[in-house]
Amino acid sequence: MTDANALLLALAIPAIAMFLIAASGSRPNIRDGISVAASIATFAVVLRLLESIIAGARPSVTLVEVMPGLVINFSIEPLGMLFATVASGLWIVTAIYSIGYMRGAHEKKQTRFYICFALAIAAALAIAFSGNLFTLFIFYEVLTLSTYPLVAHKETPEARAGARVYLGILMTTSILFLLVAVIWTWSLTGTMEFRAGGILEGNIDPVFVPFLLALFAFGIGKAALMPFHRWLPAAMVAPTPVSALLHAVAVVKAGVFTMLKVGTYIFGIGFLGRTGASEWLVWLAAATILIASIVALTKDDLKARLAYSTVSQLSYITLGMALANQMGVVGGAMHIVMHAMGKITLFMCAGAIYVAAHKTKVSELDGLGRKMPLTFIAFAIASFSIIGLPPFGGAWSKWYLLLSAADAGQLVIIGVLMLSSLLNVAYLLSIPARAFFSPPKDQMAHSLGAAALPSKGWEEAPLFCLVPICLTALGCIVLFFAVGGIYEYLLSIPISPETAP
Amino acid sequence: MLDIVKANLPALQVVVPLVAAPICAMLGRGGRAWGFATFISFLTFAISVSLFSATYAGQPISYEMGGWAPPIGIEYRIDGLNAFVLMIVSGVAALVMPYARRSVAVEIPAERQAFFYTAFLLCLTGLLGVTITGDAFNVFVFLEISSLSTYALVASGAWRNKRALTAAYNYLIMGTVGATFFVIGIGMLYMITGTLNMADLAMRIAEHGDSRTLRMGFVFIFVGIGLKLAMFPLHLWLPNAYSFAPSAVTSFIAATATKVAVYVLLRFMFTIFGFDYAFQASTLENVLLPVAIVAMFAASLVAIFQDDLKRMLAYSSIAQIGYMLLGLAFLTPTGLVATIVHLFNHAVTKGALFMVAGCFVLSAGTSSISSLRGIGRDMPWTTAAFVAGGLSLIGLPLTVGFISKWYLVQASLELGWWPVALLIMASSLLAVIYVWRVVEAAYLQPAPEGVTRREAPLSMLVPAWILVGLSIWFGIDATLTTTAASRAADTLIGSSQILWQE
Repeated sequence: MTDANALLLALAIPAIAMFLIAASGSRPNIRDGISVAASIATFAVVLRLLESIIAGARPSVTLVEVMPGLVINFSIEPLGMLFATVASGLWIVTAIYSIGYMRGAHEKKQTRFYICFALAIAAALAIAFSGNLFTLFIFYEVLTLSTYPLVAHKETPEARAGARVYLGILMTTSILFLLVAVIWTWSLTGTMEFRAGGILEGNIDPVFVPFLLALFAFGIGKAALMPFHRWLPAAMVAPTPVSALLHAVAVVKAGVFTMLKVGTYIFGIGFLGRTGASEWLVWLAAATILIASIVALTKDDLKARLAYSTVSQLSYITLGMALANQMGVVGGAMHIVMHAMGKITLFMCAGAIYVAAHKTKVSELDGLGRKMPLTFIAFAIASFSIIGLPPFGGAWSKWYLLLSAADAGQLVIIGVLMLSSLLNVAYLLSIPARAFFSPPKDQMAHSLGAAALPSKGWEEAPLFCLVPICLTALGCIVLFFAVGGIYEYLLSIPISPETAP
Repeated sequence: MLDIVKANLPALQVVVPLVAAPICAMLGRGGRAWGFATFISFLTFAISVSLFSATYAGQPISYEMGGWAPPIGIEYRIDGLNAFVLMIVSGVAALVMPYARRSVAVEIPAERQAFFYTAFLLCLTGLLGVTITGDAFNVFVFLEISSLSTYALVASGAWRNKRALTAAYNYLIMGTVGATFFVIGIGMLYMITGTLNMADLAMRIAEHGDSRTLRMGFVFIFVGIGLKLAMFPLHLWLPNAYSFAPSAVTSFIAATATKVAVYVLLRFMFTIFGFDYAFQASTLENVLLPVAIVAMFAASLVAIFQDDLKRMLAYSSIAQIGYMLLGLAFLTPTGLVATIVHLFNHAVTKGALFMVAGCFVLSAGTSSISSLRGIGRDMPWTTAAFVAGGLSLIGLPLTVGFISKWYLVQASLELGWWPVALLIMASSLLAVIYVWRVVEAAYLQPAPEGVTRREAPLSMLVPAWILVGLSIWFGIDATLTTTAASRAADTLIGSSQILWQE
């Protein structure tokens, strides 16, 4: 199998899985089996591609020419490969987790759910592999649309309202800003291709660079940069596997990935650094980090708190791009991996708590740690990773971002990152702390009589939920030790233009 | 024999449906009238395809009616632009006819159906004639043929809803005012030049230069066509006419009538007033540009608050016409390509959407959005077609709507008019709102109790899906449409002597 075929296969498997899932809708076991099998097959193909990319191959496939000069093209480079690996790898755990969750929570219309899920993954992979801005934009919109039914899944008035905000903000930003930015780039440069070192230098009056960057930064609404972050908490009405994979990994990471990609391959890090065009974005990202963390502190709803934590963490990656140096790109890209692993664990824990104990608020979790120790241990591990403590993965990405801020001479940003870690401690660690150390609220037990007395045994979520949680929690630790390889790999992201031979 | 047919194809394009119309009236009840009209619509489509392929290379065809050489006789002149429009018109007719049978069977009494198809063929004749002719007065004649038959077609919705009569009456009054303006304008041009042939007119007007009469003629023609194409403040006839006409008629005229009017506008602006006419340029920039932008917003906003699906789509049409006029108002090659490509794209999209609305009317008995709750489960294929068409209306990638938006935004950025680019995008967000209201009702709200709605028959679904398929196909591979559009634009630019801004 050539690399180009493997590329197409990686995109085709989830797309074909969609139809198989639709066809086997009446037999839930086969349907769920297909979704897990497809996720494993996709990941295998993606790993095979990763191997070639590390070896230096750069496969590229052109599908069709939509308009003269505008082609749908897929080409892989290290950054996209990283995102594809993360998304497809975590799809496996989520596919397994969804089985436990959807059945445990007795959700309706599960077939539609799995179909849209597979489509969303296909779109995320297509974004990761897109070889030009045009292709990226197309699949960016496909991802928005395919996740809309997932957010509205429960079909309650709240779900409809949440989904409306979700679609409204993502559509508004992408059409109003991103598409204009894309067409502007096209009319400036006559090309859409992602090229090492960027394509804009020399084609644009430096005065306009901050404006174009603003169109991109706000247009990529999936990166949840304030003030366009409201869709992310609104999307929390979705079933938890959706929040876990899509709103901690695929969708939001597609946003920040696009941000990094545009920064590296359209503007060019060097060009951004020289013109100082991203200076304002540094401050906006820093503000988003702090404000979202503070808002997270005030949220009692567990998923809402995690959502604001995501908003804050995404801006780390935007910040990495805006700092416009190599360490920033490395740190930002690494944070895609580290944060994905940590946040998916947290969301899956939130889902497990809902399935097993039907609790959604932080204030109701007192004493629950004794009944669900594994879930809360995993929660604590993931929290440490997000905070950035060693020996957990998140420590490294924060480290490289700090290095990048130091390189750029932004001492205030170093302070912001430190302060943000403290805030993370406050809003994340308080959750397992309550669960383990606060006594359960007793009056409930009294009023309900003996049946509701705290039992001695564990009352964990179904095994299908628990195993994925433990796996990703372990992943957070493994990533700390595996960082050497990732760092080497990320250094291969081309920063400066290739010199012509 | 074949040679004779081939040599006379331009005449046959109009004569075939014209002669077929009275024959159709004599076929009486039953399926015969429908079968005959369908056959004729296929035939005209075949003719227009062969005309399109004959002009695709770039050589225009000139046909002398009755052997009288222009400028004395009437000339039919087919170039890249009107061959493209002819194909749109006859293609939509050929798709609407199979669709019409079941829809018309419900909406029109059996003994009147033959007359309905007669009027339909006459309308087709008129639209094709307007497009094909190279004679300014002939345009007026065919415009009247199509308008008169459209009034009758709209009024035939009265068996379903009596308000169709007032809608048709309104349309009649406004349409006649428009036609009068148009013919007065042509009269003034004749006063100056003494000719009615378009090419001849263009030459003599250029020699004549600016004068008060010419300005008056220009304004009369501009307003007259503006009424026909539902340019924003002159659009009042359109929503009622579209909502109360039978479904097949709505899909046909929504996809063709306004497009043909836009074509006429293009032809007059660039071929006839084709010299560097400062008055025209300032009219385009100071009148057409604001009018187009206001249409994009005002009509979309009104569409958001409609409860009736057909009415909502009608207002959306007014907004979409705004896009076409906007491309024209840029007065650049890219803007012109945007207008022409949107002509096709919108015809396909809106035709499909009105067909879907007709399917809803057939099964649910109404097109009010509140009664479409939960219909996504009962009529999955129809609703899916609506979603696909709606995405194209919004202008999302992989649909034809995106191609149009792309060219429009590119044209405005080329001129450096970036606020206009942002306005184009902002107005498509309004489309998101009105399309999504329907999608939400259809999929996410529970169906009302005790209502059973059956999926629309295949004879209606297939034409609708063909149009939806086209709107996706030409969204993914737009090379054919954009090449045809840019050739058409080149023809227009080539025929005019305006100094084009690059």
